Amino acid sequence: MTGIITYGAYIPRYRIRLEEIARVWGDNAQDIIGGLGVREKSVPDLDEDTATIAVEAARNALTRREIDPGEIGAVYVGSESHPYAVKPTACTVGEAIRATPAMTAADYEFACKAGTAAIQTCMGLVGAGMIRYGLAIGADVAQGAPSDALEYTAAAGGAAFLIGRDDPIARIHGTVSFTTDTPDFWRREGQNYPRHGGRFTGDPGYFKHVQGAAHLMLEQAGTSPGDYDYAVFHQPNAKFPRRVAEHLGFTPEQIRPGLVVPELGNTYSGATMVGLAATLDVAKPGDRIFVTSFGSGAGSDSFDVEVTDAIEAGAFRRDAAPTVRQLLSNPIYVDYAHYAKHKGKIVMQ
Amino acid sequence: MSVPRFWRKISKRYNLEGTRCTQCGRTFYPPRTFCPDCRRSGEIVPFRFQGKGEVVTFTVIRTASDAFARQTPFVLAIIRLDEGPRVTAQVVVENVSEAHIGMRVRSVFRRIGTEGDSGVIYYGTKFVPDVPYPEG
Repeated sequence: MTGIITYGAYIPRYRIRLEEIARVWGDNAQDIIGGLGVREKSVPDLDEDTATIAVEAARNALTRREIDPGEIGAVYVGSESHPYAVKPTACTVGEAIRATPAMTAADYEFACKAGTAAIQTCMGLVGAGMIRYGLAIGADVAQGAPSDALEYTAAAGGAAFLIGRDDPIARIHGTVSFTTDTPDFWRREGQNYPRHGGRFTGDPGYFKHVQGAAHLMLEQAGTSPGDYDYAVFHQPNAKFPRRVAEHLGFTPEQIRPGLVVPELGNTYSGATMVGLAATLDVAKPGDRIFVTSFGSGAGSDSFDVEVTDAIEAGAFRRDAAPTVRQLLSNPIYVDYAHYAKHKGKIVMQ
Repeated sequence: MSVPRFWRKISKRYNLEGTRCTQCGRTFYPPRTFCPDCRRSGEIVPFRFQGKGEVVTFTVIRTASDAFARQTPFVLAIIRLDEGPRVTAQVVVENVSEAHIGMRVRSVFRRIGTEGDSGVIYYGTKFVPDVPYPEG
């Protein structure tokens, strides 16, 4: 059965506290922190972007397991912030992990769920026997306009999952998607920042699609929330995944390891992927993980994952690469001015 | 730097791929096609460096060319890779005062530069202090 062969995450070391952003825009910090459930968010270094984050996550994945990179037949990178409009990030990643040239590659975009769409594509190619391994990455240096609500959470980070059939550390029993044309959040060609429908997008966007995909998945798998040890939902803030988990019947304990948004922010295409990576960091053989992403526009991908004995076997060395918790520790805090410089928000000569 | 001059060496820059002389064991980065010691008797084969090394010497760039102006101050160092060769590269530190001779470093994948807003983006290898991740 198709599954996860290895995985890795990457988060830049810089952070900005939401209090600092609120100070600049004259907002009430406690209201915002309380409303979002997010305290701080990651900020890329001056020389980091989606491609560098994707490469570091992919290299962390390959550090955990010895894989001949020549056997990786596909690399897909999902992101809203590909460095080029035309020229694939996936080619840079493929070259930087020495998987080129006998591989296919493409960049994906589906708001915050492009990374999980990449997992599904790799599952299809592996399942059909067209490739031995496929690398699916979700990574972003997320965009949010200055003073916009998104600026409080738009963060940087990503995770990479190598999909294959041979001795997976986690089997993916199934996946389903739930997709409609819902303009809850968008960015037009040539625009620097996305726009959104504001506070009214939660129900017709996030909740409708996450619950839609989750119900389809549970129905297809013949399972109920109680059958799972952990659950990971897309996390644009801490409030939405907590609420959707409760609506679906999952407990706060089930989502706890994968709910990294309070210290990380929303890494857009990386968000669900980093949450899954954080859950695999603590998972034991036999644990079952329910995963549902969400991408505005809008759609959700749901996965039924079961951890195997291989996660603790010799071929896979979980401690060879940093865990998400380790990547979140030891941050360097910056003020808004440095944050603006790091994000390229300052207009230069 | 011209685009072709960069892209011809992309795999070498991204992955620290050099060469090794099978006769004397000397390693080369950037790759050489000829061993200056063994000359015609040496066979040169591809060799990939692990990306760990030590700062031999360094300077702090405070006034840079336009392409690097936004990154100042930054540390530019000569690093002796554990396998032997010395490379010149940027060492990314929180504060330039952290840099010191003998500092252990490891390679990372970073953006090296861009040709303005519409030109090509150059990626490659920089180094960061090689310290263990804290317990999570």
